[in-house]
Parts: sequence; C-alpha cells; structure tokens
Amino acid sequence: MATPVADDRRTLGLPQPERPPLRKPRTSLKLRNALVGWTFILPNFAGFAVLTLVPVLTLFYISLTSWNIFGAAQWVGLDNFARLVGDKSFHTALGNTFYYAALHIPITIVASLSLALLLNQKLRGAAFFRTVAFFPYITSIVAVAVVWNMLFSPEYGPINQFLSLFIGGEMPGWTVSKDWAMPAVIIVGTWKDMGYYMLLFLAGLQTVPGELQEAARIDGANAWQRFWNVTLPCLRPTMFFVTVMVTIQSFKVFDLILVMTDGGPGQATLVLSQYIYQKGFEQFEFGYASAVAVVLFFICIIVTVVQFVYNKRKEA
Amino acid sequence: MAARPSALRRSGRVLLYTVMILAAAGIMLPFAWMVISSLKQNNQVFTAPVEWIPDPVQWRNYLDIWVKADMVTWVRNTLVLSVAVTLLQVLTGSFAAYGFAKMRFPGRDALFLVYIGTIAVPWQSYMIPQFQMLSSWGLNNTLWAIMLLQAFGAFGVFLMKQYYESIPDSLSEAARIDGLSEYGIWWRIIMPLSVPALASLTIITFVSTWNDYLGPLIYLRDRELWTIQIGLQSFIGEYNAEHALIMTGSVLSVLPIALIFLLGQRYFVQGIATTGVKG
Repeated sequence: MATPVADDRRTLGLPQPERPPLRKPRTSLKLRNALVGWTFILPNFAGFAVLTLVPVLTLFYISLTSWNIFGAAQWVGLDNFARLVGDKSFHTALGNTFYYAALHIPITIVASLSLALLLNQKLRGAAFFRTVAFFPYITSIVAVAVVWNMLFSPEYGPINQFLSLFIGGEMPGWTVSKDWAMPAVIIVGTWKDMGYYMLLFLAGLQTVPGELQEAARIDGANAWQRFWNVTLPCLRPTMFFVTVMVTIQSFKVFDLILVMTDGGPGQATLVLSQYIYQKGFEQFEFGYASAVAVVLFFICIIVTVVQFVYNKRKEA
Repeated sequence: MAARPSALRRSGRVLLYTVMILAAAGIMLPFAWMVISSLKQNNQVFTAPVEWIPDPVQWRNYLDIWVKADMVTWVRNTLVLSVAVTLLQVLTGSFAAYGFAKMRFPGRDALFLVYIGTIAVPWQSYMIPQFQMLSSWGLNNTLWAIMLLQAFGAFGVFLMKQYYESIPDSLSEAARIDGLSEYGIWWRIIMPLSVPALASLTIITFVSTWNDYLGPLIYLRDRELWTIQIGLQSFIGEYNAEHALIMTGSVLSVLPIALIFLLGQRYFVQGIATTGVKG
C-alpha cells in the first residue's frame, strides 16, 4: 500500500516535492498504528497462542499416535479411532454425556428463565434474591459436591427424609444407585448453574420494550400470551447466547461428576471428559485419550455451529 | 397504577413473594445445612428428623481442622495463585482489549474471532497436549503451571472489550489530538473509566482461580503445592467418617468466596450481564 502513492505522482507527471509528500506520513502512520495495535494484543495473545491454540492443534496429531508416559509418540494413523468404535466404556461415556446434556440443558434454561421472569417484577428484595440465586455458581465444586452427597445420603440424608413425608415405599438411592446417580448429578448441576444464566436472562429482559408489553396488555393479551408473543421473541439474542453456553457447558461437564460420583456407581455417570482424564492421566494412554478428546471437540464445535446456523436462519 | 390495588393484584403479589421466598430457601438450604453441620458433633450430623439447631454448638471443629489438616499451606498456595493469575489476567486482558476495541489494524477482527472461537472448545479436549507441553518445560508440579494455564484466558479480553466499546471514541480522539500516546490513553483515560469492569474481572478471575479443581488436580502432585480444593478433597478421603469436620473444611473453603462476593456483588452482576448482552 505504501509505494503506489509515490508511483502515481510520478506517472501522472506531477512535480516531485522536495519534502516527503503529505500522503507518506499517513501510510507510515497506518503501519505504526498496526504495530502499536499488535503490541497491545501481544502480551495476552502470546500466552493464549502458546497455551491454548498450540495444544488445540497438537491434539489432532497426538490422537493419531500411540503415546504412553514413557517413550516417544508412534504414528498409528486412525487406529485409536478404530478402537473407539468397539470400546464399550467409550460408548457408555458418550451415552451418559448426551443423557446429562439432554436433561441439563432444558431444565437449566427453564429454571433460570423462570427465576429471571420472577425477579423482573418490581419486587422488594429482588436484589437480595439475585445474590442468593447466584451464590451456588461461585462456590467450589468440592464443597458443593460433598454437601450434596451428604444431603443425598440414602438412609439418613435430609432429602430422603423430606421425600418420605410425601411418598411411601422405597426411597431413591441417589448417588449410590445406578439409576439415580445421573439424576442426582443433574439436579446439583442445575442448582449450581441456574443463577448465572438467570443473570444473563435478566440482562436480556431489560431490553424488552415496555411499550410493547403495554400494547399487548391493552389488546387483551393475558400473561402467558404476552410472554409467548412479546417477551420471548425479544429475548431471542439472549436465548441464543444462553443456549450455546449451557450446551457447551453440559457437554464438557466433569469436575462435578468427578467429585460427586467419580463416574460411578459402575459407569453410571461416566462422561466423555472424565474418560479423557482416566485414559490420559490415570492410565497414561495419551494417544487414545486424545482420540476421545477429538470426539468431544467435534461434538462441541458441531453443536455450536448448528445452533449458529439455526439462529441465522431464524433471524432472516 | 397504585390507584387500583385490586384484591386479585394483591393476592398475586403475595403469591410472588411466597414463590420467591421458597425458591431462595430451597437454593440456600445446602449452605445452611453445611454451616449447621459444621457446628455439630460428628454423630449428630445425620439424624432423623434433621436437627436444625446444633446442641451443643461445637465451635471446636473450627480449631481442630487447623491441626488435622494442612489448611495453612493450602490457603497460602491458593492465595498466591489467585493473586498472580488475577493480576496477569486483568493486566494483559485489559491491555489486549484496548487493541481490539479502540485501534484499527489489519487482522484485528480475524484475531478476535479466534479468541471467541475457543469458547466452544472445552478445556478437557486439549488438556493432554497442554500438559505434555508444560511438562516438557519442566513446569509440571509447580505453581507456575497453574498461573500460565489461567492467566491468558479469552474471557478477560472479551469482557473488557465489551466494556471499552461502551466508552465513546471521542474521548480517546481528543486525547490523541492532545498528543497522548495510545499507551497513555489506555492507562490514563480508559483504565480509570473502566473501574467497574476491572472490578468485575478481578472478582470473577479471583473466584474462578480459587475454586479451580481440575488444573491443580492434574499439575500439583506434591502435598506442599496443594490448593484448598485439592486439599479438601484429600481430607474428605482421609477422614470420610468425620462428617462434621468435613463440613467445617467446606465452610472454610467457601468463606473467602462468600466475603468477596458480598463485597463485590454489584460488580459481579454487572460483569456477567455485560458479557452476555451481545449474543
């Protein structure tokens, strides 16, 4: 971009100025600007590139190797992926991941949106309630898991005691039962996350124009109709953002399960992230674990892209 | 509107309040139970029906745990990590955000897209290559690993950029005309104006580093390096029958977060809200 300016002057037969032309400082200013811009970004980008981008890229290479804790990586092509096809534990982990996501995503969205709608009313104490609802989100997984495990304790746990007031018969075994462990984890996951998404929805609700609500009210729309025809369409950008975030978060669920059930009982709550951890950091099969990680990577990317495309089409 | 508070409207209010109070109680119950149990004798934690008031109140648990566990080490390590990570994240994040929000240069938008794109990539999918890289540098089993891991996240850049964009460009234009360099504009004009965003980023980063479990679990093998989350988890394994003491440890691990949260609650909410506005 720098030279054509001078060339133009020459080809047009314009007199060459003695001093550098006024144009020239502008282009060097542009360059200087770019350099300064880069210096701003570089300290963070260098760390980000080395610690995030490089590992993401090398992941694909490692997934094509056989690599244990000792020795070098050996190229094995698609062997790891072929092994995944017949790996029962992998199938279980994949199934459980979708099980968790299929329940956690809708329940969290409905719960957090309901909370947000409740708090969007002009109620005294709404700020206090916002604080309360958000608190589980910022507390540590370990503390949360240990207290919930005790609450879920089948015989003397407060939850089953409470349930037995209303229903008779056998109580759920929660985290020690194959059938109930996953629902227990989903309950805790939803309880922990909903405050965060509630805040996002609350921010979104501020953008819903009051006149629209008023107009609908005058036209005789009831609360449900106003919600469905006015609030929800206005919330679409927020809904999209929340859905994308909850989805990714659900597919990568790990800490909570690791600390609450460690994937058990049996493999009842084994999820993909945890399987990666087991294969990689407990059995040191880095290559194979990376193949599982590639699967997780593509699930997240594909789901996100599908959501983006769907959102774009709806927008049009 | 207040002119016609019909009976229907008033009962609607009552219903709303009831729902809100019930929901709040439901959400806080696990914490209440945690605190109450931490003040009980061990054999009183599980009783049918639940005893909501500990009798006698067992303050001793809060002394015993310092003797039985390496709490001091854990808290110190966690504090060192949280402070270092927060400083790095806030400094480099806001610096980079200025570049993305207030400067125009080729490649800027593409680069920002790369940052955003990584939000969809779960850490669990690249933790193995990352671990191998850091191990090959000899950083495995050091606090440095966790600092590097957490300090350059895309989140800080994202949050600060969103905020900077709400600051009118005319301000930096004026400063530019007055001869202030870009660095000067960032430091003297933009930074002071972005105190709310800086506060929320500081709190969010501090809390997430304090609570991080997986990073320390993978990288910190030596007991002297453990953070409070790893320590607490091992404590649970070791003293798995001492329910009251475990609850005491849990309360202690949550307490600093609760305090920070109460102090910075306003910024917290604001920070979360600004990151989500533009979907």
